[in-house]
Amino acid sequence: MGIQRVLAGVLAATLPCFSPAQQDTLKEIERYRQLLQESNPAELYEARGAEHWTRKRGPKSSSLERCDLGLGPGVVKGAYARLPRYFADTDRVQDLESRLVTCMVALQGFAPEEARRNPFSGTGAPMITTDPFSGVGQRSVMTDLVAWIASESRGMTIAPPMSHPKERLAYQAGERLFYFRAGPYDFGCITCHGEEGKRIRLQNLPKMTNAKDAQRAFGTWPAYRVSEGELRSMQWRMWECIRQMRFPELEFASDASIALIVFLANRAEGGTFDAPAIKR
Amino acid sequence: MPSKTILALALSGICVAGCATRPSDSETERTVAEMIKTSFRTRGQATVARLSQDDAQALCSKHAGELPKGVSDGIEKAQQATIRYPSSGKLMGDWREGERIAQSGVGKQFTDAPNRPAGGSCYNCHQLSKQELSFGTIGPSLYQFGKQRGASEAIQKYTYGKIYNAEAFSACSNMPRFGHNGVLTEEQITHLVALLLDPDSPVNR
Amino acid sequence: MADPMRIRANMTGDKVEVKVLMAHEMETGLRKDASGNAIPAHFIRNVTVTHGGKTVLSAQWGTSVSRNPFLHFRFKGGKPGEKVTITWLDNRGEKRTDEAVIAGG
Repeated sequence: MGIQRVLAGVLAATLPCFSPAQQDTLKEIERYRQLLQESNPAELYEARGAEHWTRKRGPKSSSLERCDLGLGPGVVKGAYARLPRYFADTDRVQDLESRLVTCMVALQGFAPEEARRNPFSGTGAPMITTDPFSGVGQRSVMTDLVAWIASESRGMTIAPPMSHPKERLAYQAGERLFYFRAGPYDFGCITCHGEEGKRIRLQNLPKMTNAKDAQRAFGTWPAYRVSEGELRSMQWRMWECIRQMRFPELEFASDASIALIVFLANRAEGGTFDAPAIKR
Repeated sequence: MPSKTILALALSGICVAGCATRPSDSETERTVAEMIKTSFRTRGQATVARLSQDDAQALCSKHAGELPKGVSDGIEKAQQATIRYPSSGKLMGDWREGERIAQSGVGKQFTDAPNRPAGGSCYNCHQLSKQELSFGTIGPSLYQFGKQRGASEAIQKYTYGKIYNAEAFSACSNMPRFGHNGVLTEEQITHLVALLLDPDSPVNR
Repeated sequence: MADPMRIRANMTGDKVEVKVLMAHEMETGLRKDASGNAIPAHFIRNVTVTHGGKTVLSAQWGTSVSRNPFLHFRFKGGKPGEKVTITWLDNRGEKRTDEAVIAGG
């Protein structure tokens, strides 16, 4: 178990907090990580996601092929790299997942609750089965789509727009939320992500107001989480952080979740997407 | 009136084109308040009431990054007043139990059973015993904490108080106020005090 | 119908190097859901790899192999353009067969 933790910590490492003696181990693990890239189960989600995009679903029996992710209807290549952004048709700032909800409702005729249902895949681990949106052996169309759409921005520069007043408002709101301390543990995002070179147990923590840390962190989500056997998105990452902060549940694709992602995406501006990645 | 620091931080990342239309602080505050109300829901033991900040939380959020001395002094004074010591007067428990509590990261999440005792999550942020390699660095190493300080009554009182309410000693500390917020019981804290101060504890050997 | 495998087959020196990603839950049967009921076991029992009609790899798996298994191995005797066929069979009798063409080195 101890070795697993060390490997886990290094696999996700962004900062060299290790002694020279451990550098050789780091090299070996890096070689192992390269090998893992060719075996990233995220590929399986991407393949399904590509299918979901063209498949006719819902009451309107339509595909998502006319969905506008910010670069025009049906343009997927590069779209993830330019999210979140303001959308005139909904008059809101939206991230990828909330935008997919919009398209599932508008194009495919799903009710909003249906489109939001089962956003995170899960196969019955105790924590997840109680969620209203996943179940034993239940796949998530949303997760598959996120995997594929993100893969279509692999290698591109993280470039969320910041010109519309609502984009600026979302950024500032996200920033306030980042510093918001509450709950029985007095946690805020800042508690774990406010200082350089820190780690929780053996998991290195990015300082999210540090450009390099933010770029590496934001650029590697979505990711296949080996320990969960599932592909996880930014919405999931926010949901999971908030849970561990001892806050009440963050609603999927809610305004607060989008505002946080706007803040983080902009802190990561200029970085390169290397997603879907593979993580511990 | 929001602190200059928040303003400075807000300006740093977003002034690209058309800076003239930066949202006002009051608009941002209203937006955040609305988001807090509508984007979260009660689940299990994690109620939305948890998002109502107490004085310390509100001040620490407002002054994140740069805490004026007047504000930090005020917080420490107020937090000091919350510390409750065990009526028995016994501040040191069993270090073996303390190690178990320090290792446990369970408690207060909506996925945790409400009647299950919380752990201290100490190793998440601190080094404690020498043997445990899987430790965090958000807080300072506590290895040899007792060896360096002894276990006098004054040190026991300080250690107990620090775990009970860390902000009594360091305003806006990252460390949860385990006693004041009702995360750990009196008894649990005494076990952690023993873990830190007992000469036989692995922390001090 | 189970999801397709992702197979990469390349020449490295005189050997064929194969990397396969299989989509499978690999549920051990030991995990419990929120109600306390055991989640039924569902895992790959056998893996067979053939080339030119011959079996080049045969594996018996169990519950210790993790979800979405990745298999990486080399064998002699293959050439670019030839096919490698992989079949898995699980404890519920479900199976999946996919093939890939060996690429040059």
